[in-house]
Formats: sequence, C-alpha cells, structure tokens
Amino acid sequence: MDLHTLTIHQLHERLDRGEVTSVEATEAVFGRIDQVEGKVGAYITLNRTEAMVQAEAADQRRAAGDGGALCGIPLGLKDIVCTKGLKTTCGSKILESFVPPYDATVVKKLKDAGAVIIGKLSMDEFAMGSSNETCAFGTPKNPWDLAHICGGSSGGSAAALAADECIAAIGSDTGGSIRQPASHCGVVGMKPTYGRVSRYGLLAYASSLDQLGPMTKDVRDCTLMLQTMSGYDPRDSTSVNCPVPDYSAALTQGVKGLKVGVPKEYFGEGLDSEVEQAVRSGIRLLEEAGAEICQVSLPHTDYGVAAYYIIAPAEASSNLARYDGVRFGYRHQEAESLLDLYCKSRSGGFGSEVKRRIMIGTYALSSGYYDAYYKKALQVRTLIVQDFLEAFKQCDVLVSPVSPFPAWRIGEKIDDPLSMYLSDVLTIPSNLAGVPCMSVPCGFSGAGLPIGLQIQAAHFAEEKILQVAAVLENELGVVGKKPSLV
Amino acid sequence: MEFETVIGLEIHAQLKTNTKIFCGCSTEFGKPPNTNTCPVCLGMPGVLPVLNRTVVEYAIRMGLATNCEINRTNQFARKNYFYPDLPKGYQISQFELPICEHGWVEITVDDTIKRIGLTRIHMEEDAGKLIHDDHEPVSYVDLNRTGTPLIEIVSEPDLRSPEEAAAYLRKLHAIVRYLDICDGNMQEGSFRCDANISLRPKGQEAFGTRTELKNMNSFRNVQKALEYEVRRQRDILLDGGKVVQQTLLWDPDTNRTNAMRSKEEAHDYRYFPDPDLVPIVISEEWINEITVSLPELPHQRKSRLIETLGLSEDDAGIITGDRELADYFETALVRYDNGKKLANWIMTELLRELKERDQEISQCQVTPDGLAELLTMVDKGTISGKIAKTVFQEMMVSGKDAGTVVKEKNLVQMSDEGDLLKMIDEIISANPDQVTEYRGGKTKLMGFFVGQLMQKTKGRANPQLANQLLAKALDNK
Repeated sequence: MDLHTLTIHQLHERLDRGEVTSVEATEAVFGRIDQVEGKVGAYITLNRTEAMVQAEAADQRRAAGDGGALCGIPLGLKDIVCTKGLKTTCGSKILESFVPPYDATVVKKLKDAGAVIIGKLSMDEFAMGSSNETCAFGTPKNPWDLAHICGGSSGGSAAALAADECIAAIGSDTGGSIRQPASHCGVVGMKPTYGRVSRYGLLAYASSLDQLGPMTKDVRDCTLMLQTMSGYDPRDSTSVNCPVPDYSAALTQGVKGLKVGVPKEYFGEGLDSEVEQAVRSGIRLLEEAGAEICQVSLPHTDYGVAAYYIIAPAEASSNLARYDGVRFGYRHQEAESLLDLYCKSRSGGFGSEVKRRIMIGTYALSSGYYDAYYKKALQVRTLIVQDFLEAFKQCDVLVSPVSPFPAWRIGEKIDDPLSMYLSDVLTIPSNLAGVPCMSVPCGFSGAGLPIGLQIQAAHFAEEKILQVAAVLENELGVVGKKPSLV
Repeated sequence: MEFETVIGLEIHAQLKTNTKIFCGCSTEFGKPPNTNTCPVCLGMPGVLPVLNRTVVEYAIRMGLATNCEINRTNQFARKNYFYPDLPKGYQISQFELPICEHGWVEITVDDTIKRIGLTRIHMEEDAGKLIHDDHEPVSYVDLNRTGTPLIEIVSEPDLRSPEEAAAYLRKLHAIVRYLDICDGNMQEGSFRCDANISLRPKGQEAFGTRTELKNMNSFRNVQKALEYEVRRQRDILLDGGKVVQQTLLWDPDTNRTNAMRSKEEAHDYRYFPDPDLVPIVISEEWINEITVSLPELPHQRKSRLIETLGLSEDDAGIITGDRELADYFETALVRYDNGKKLANWIMTELLRELKERDQEISQCQVTPDGLAELLTMVDKGTISGKIAKTVFQEMMVSGKDAGTVVKEKNLVQMSDEGDLLKMIDEIISANPDQVTEYRGGKTKLMGFFVGQLMQKTKGRANPQLANQLLAKALDNK
C-alpha cells in the first residue's frame, strides 16, 4: 500500500488499528520525496532525522493509548513558521541560515498533538508572490503539469500535497496565498477568520492580513487540522478569545436551506470560461442538494487589489526592517559603515519583488503621502468590510472562483508584476475583511489543470464553509484525483 | 533688544514595572548584557508584542495626577527607523491617539504660581544601549533595556526661562516619585529630558526658530544647558544672524552644546498604527479605581504641612518636593512633634550635610527616629543646640544614635551650678585685666568670658546658665 497517498483520517484509522506505524508512514513519505522531489521541488529543508524520532515517539504515545487525530501524521510546514532548531528561511536569502530559538504557537500545537514534521515547504520570498517564483531557492513545479506554476505564495505546500510528499500541510494566506495554490494544485486550502489561528511565530508579511491555515488532501482533513490549529493565544493580541466548535460536525450537515450567494463582481471581465463553467456547475450541484442560490453584490471588489497593494507593502516595509544584518541572517561582509552594512545586507539579502514592495510601502507611509495612500486604503478597506457585512445579511456563504484562470506557465508573468497582482483580485477581499474562506477543487481545465471553487463566510462561520465544501466534495468526485507524476 | 525665552520639555520616565512593556522579561537594571532578553524583545522573526497592563495603569495615574484627559480609546503606532539598538527597526510608541492629553501642572517661581500645559503623555518602549569600545573601532549592543516601558510627557511651550524649566522638571519628578511609577534616577537615565528652546523679541507673537537640546542628565545640567543656549541664541540674534534649527548635545565637561551631525536627525519616521496591537479601550470603572487609589500629591502635601504645622511656603515646598524627604520629615514628626523646629533643622543641617556628602536622603545615615531623639535631647536640655550640631555630624558619619554619641564623647550639658562656679572663679582669677576692663564698663567682654568657659567645658556648659552665672560673678565684685 502506498502510505504516502493517504489522507490524515485514512492514515489515522490504520494507525489506530495497528496496521501500520508512524515510522512506516514517515518512511513512506520520505520514500516518495526521494522519488519525485527532483521533479517537484516542494521543500526547502527536510527534517529527516528529527522526523523519525518524532514518528517513534508518536508510535509509543499511540501504544500508550494517547493517539489523537494528528498523532504520528507526517506534515509539511510552509517555511514561514518558526520551528525551534530547524532552519526557517521564509524563501529568502536574507534568512538562508536562520535557525529559530522557539516554536511558533501553531507548530507547538501540532507537535503537542504528536504530528511528525517532515520539512519546511517552499514559498514565495516572504510570501510575496502568486507563483512561488520569487523564492530564493528555486520554484516548485505544478505536479499536474511541471511546466506550470504551482501558485503562491504557499506553492510548496500545495505542490507537496498534490505530489503526495506529505499527508497534510500548513500554509499562510495574506491575499490568497493558501487558496490560490490550493486551487492550482487541486487540493483543499482554508484561510480561517483573522484571529482564529495564532500568528505568534509566523514571520510577518502584512500583520493585519496574515493568517495561517490548513492545506489538505480532502475536506475532512481540513477540519482535523483546523481543530488543532485554532484557538486563542495570549501571545497574539489579535487572536480572538472565542470557543472553537467541533468542526467535524459540519461535514454531515448538508446544505439544505443554506443560502448561497453568488457575487456578480466575481464573475466579471477577464474570467476564464473554463473556470467559470467549473464553478457554475459546482453552484448547480449545491442547488440540487437543496441550497438556495441568490445573486449578491460586493460593489467595492474591484478596489481590493489597489487597497491591498498599499496596506500590505506598508506593513511589510516595517515588518521587514528587522532584517538588517545586525543580529541574525545574511550580513554583507564588506560593509564599511553602519549605513553601508544596512544597504549592502538588505540589497544583497532581499530579492527584487520584496524590494519592490518595501519601496512601495515606504513611499505610501512617507510624510505627505500617508493621507493620500495609506489612509485612503484603510477607508477602502472599511468599505470592503461593509460589502461583506451587507452580503452576509442576505446569504450564509459566498461562492466564486478562486483564481480567474488556471495555473499559468512558469515565467509567463514574472516580468509583469501588475498582471501578477491582478490575478489575486478574487482572493484579496476576504483578507481585507478578515472573513474565512476556502478553495475546494471543483474541476479541471481542458489542459488537465485543476480548478478551485472559493467559499467565503462571515467571521467565525468556518463551519458553514465546511458544510458546503463537504457537499461539493461528495457530489463532484474531484477531490482525491491524482496527477500521474511518475 | 529684549528677548523672551520660550521652552518646551519632553520628559521620558521609565516606569517601575517588574517586567517589560511587551514581553515577560525583567526590567532589572545592571544585569550582564543581553541577559534580560527573550525572542520578543530581541525582535526575532515572527514574534508579537503583548501589552503589559500595569504600564497602562501607570500612564493613567500620571495623566490623572497632571489633570489630563484620558483617551478612552487609544492606540499604539510604529515609529520606523534603523539603528542597532532598535532590534525591530521600529519603536512601538503612540502617535495619533496617545493615552493622555490636555493636562497641566502648577509651578512656583519667585513666589509666583504659574500653570504649565501638558500637550500629551504617551506610552512607548525604550531602545537598547550601544557600548563603544574605547580602543578598538567596535561597538557592542546590549538589549537589556529594550522594551522597558516609558512614558513621554510633552509640555506646551509655556516655559519662559531656564528657572521655570527646572521648576517644571522638579515638579514632574516629584509627581512620578509620589505616584511611585518611576524611580526618578537621572544618572541611570530612568528620568530624562530633552528641551526645545527658542527666543523671540519681547511682545512678538510668533515663535523664533528653535533648537532641540539633548543629553542633560541632571536638574543642574538642564538649567545650565538652557542658560547656555539662551546666551548663544541671543548672541546670534543680536549679531543679526539666524538660529539654525538643529539638535544640540549638552557637553557637561566643557559646559557647552555641540550640534549632532545632520544625518542623524534627518528622519521620516513613517508612523502608522501597529497592526499587532489592538486599540486599548479604557473603562470608566478602571479610571475610577485608579483615581481612588491615587496617593497624596506634592502640592496637596505641601498645603497640608502649611495648614497643620504652620510651615513656611518655602520650607513646605522644599520638603514636599522630594517624596523621600517628605516621608523622612513625617516619620520624624511621629516622635518629635514640633514641626517648625524639625523643618528648620532639616532645611539647614540635614540638607547641608547631605549636599556636602553628595548624598540622597535615602542614603542618609541618620534615621528619622534618630533625628527626633537628637532634637528631643536639645529640648530637654541634655545637650545644647550647638553641641547638637556636632553630634549630628558625628551621627552622619558613624550612623550611631544621638545617645551613644553624647555618651561616648561625654557631651552631656553641664548644668551643675557648683561645677560651673568653680571654673568661673578660676577664669576670673586668671584674667584680672579683662575683669577690670569689664567692670569698668566694657561689657562686650562678656563674650570673652563665655568663650573661656566653653573652652574649659569643651562646649558643654549650659549656655543660659553660663551667661547667668558669669554675669552674677562679674557684677558682684
């Protein structure tokens, strides 16, 4: 049996029945990595030795009757969360040798649950990108077609899942960075409500937008990961202290009577017809399953990208100031003065997309420009929040495409940042509003590339998203299809 | 031309919390470099700040004690700049919505009471310290102080002289000490101030060009630096020149100010609300709780001492200007109830002795009880007032109590008539010329005879009795 192809719950059942051990499953995953990683390139760092130790410990724990849903499950982590003693690069040369002295809260929770950490997954540098091409350590390929991007910024997580190089993964989403690669690689990815999952230990890109979330092979796995990752953290002032429900209960609720809103602005100009077709067939299935479909409007959707590309770079320009070559990470060796040290270390350590956003953000916050850019962007953000609040008076969830088109070819947009930025038009608003959202596979393009369907819900209504996703998964039969990599 | 001086002060007070403002590290001073640190205050990737509630409470205390409005919703902002003592590349401070605004305090200069406006008080984190090697071109970074909570208190440009600035600074120093929110140590930098100063022709409404003064680490230096800057700016203006807006560092060794390099001050801080910290919402209940718990403040204590003990305005002002001194006074008062005499002794003897030794009242060897005992001995006639001064000096040096010093040095006052008369007889027979002159009408010589007697008794003769007996003996013959 190919253990690496299993989902969390499938592997958990086998572990529970004593048919396999975590050590065997972990070895199987590393075997798969040895087999396909040369083609895919999903990982930046592998954690082989420590992972085997964790797997053995998990087996003992399970033998002692203490094996929860994630105990002994091999996971991949986006290289954006701090892992104590394990290199954390954030896809950047400036952190190529950085070994954190502490675990992110989410990492600690996963470790406490007995998960096995396989390694750190590739990503766009500091999560700035939509194709994983800005990573300083190479670009992972889309397992469905190696000439195509896997999406970004959590590209490594999505590619590793599609290629069965881990059982489940975590990603982070600032403007679509979980959902878009999940959509492009045919896996499930959820960005929870802002404040649902602790950001402590997540390397900040844009603090008011960043949120960690699960990336999994199916919807049930998503609930299992979310259950463990969620919850208030006293170390994160923006995490919200409200109870975490039993998410798995949502899986069997169905959608009868659920009001599903279809936002007209999400089906506008520039939407690929194959993507639209796949999403609309998903909506029809929901209707057949008893959901009430209604048209809604989120009139400020078009301004999301513009507001995002002020707010996110502004926060980033400040968040990335600590990478100065003084205390950790890359330091240029030939600096002649303090200023020279800053300039040379940062010029040499950051890639061009990161520098571009630092420059944009610095400009937007400069005295004399603050009101015209940053303040205005915050006002737009408020309007977008109001759009969602209005929409959720009329419906329970919003369904739409995730990306306007399937994965493009590697290199196609990398020299055209504006067109790359615009590809995030359908995912950015949920970050600006802080609402939960998910990409669930809903079909394939004619060229055989996966297409995802986006579900958004009101703050802390993750369960409604899971209800819809579970129905789509059952009815469409798309989830679980595998690329023929080998 | 006559000029008017315009001064505004920015005071930074380190708050006496046990832990730092955004993490659980200790704020203890004097630890080995970089030991009071954790990933949060080191600014490691991925960490987040969590606000220390006590910092907000202390800031509210200060706001209430200085008649400020407390903003019910206030917010932290990031002040962005690069420097090796600032690990995150930004300082978490407050900008648009500080915790306190629109306050005032009263100062007294030349018997005139004047109200000085407070623009704002905001909370922020301190930076670390750079230590420059004296011999090698190397600098070291110590981040122990990083994240120590500060409040910055910004005054209106209401101060019109260096004296007023010094009085204002002392006033705020007294308030933070009374509130027990800051240890007030200027040498260690836990209470420090920068000044903005400009001159304008008397009668003119518009402000002149200002300079900013830094690095004044004592009350005296603040006043000296401002006085220097007043002279410097006046000389420039009288010569028809223009004051350049710049930041100046006070050099206490040369007693002059030097300009900082302009590069070091050319900042655009790009303030924006810190997305890692949610806005702080302060409830009415909390403010009421803090209001009720406020201690007696310097001006209230001063009025009380004047009203209940009859102290003079000046004495009460000086004694209550320093919380420790006022506590010392009131502790001594428990055992010695003549407030005026006690105040007089403190104002003259105690403060002089402390100043000579360059000591604070907290370092004083003489306890309040010890001083009360000493003054009681004077009142009872055990020792004379003059001897008491000698005893006090000895107490300041050795830390022994008054009784012990008096016994050891055999300083008990001689009040036995027989003993004194015996010595008076000896003096009269040893100084026949002076006796004759005295009896001939040169009564000023009384002082001479008293001196002789004091010499013989080593100053222990009861002065009144000595005078009385001498007069009697000299007049009789």
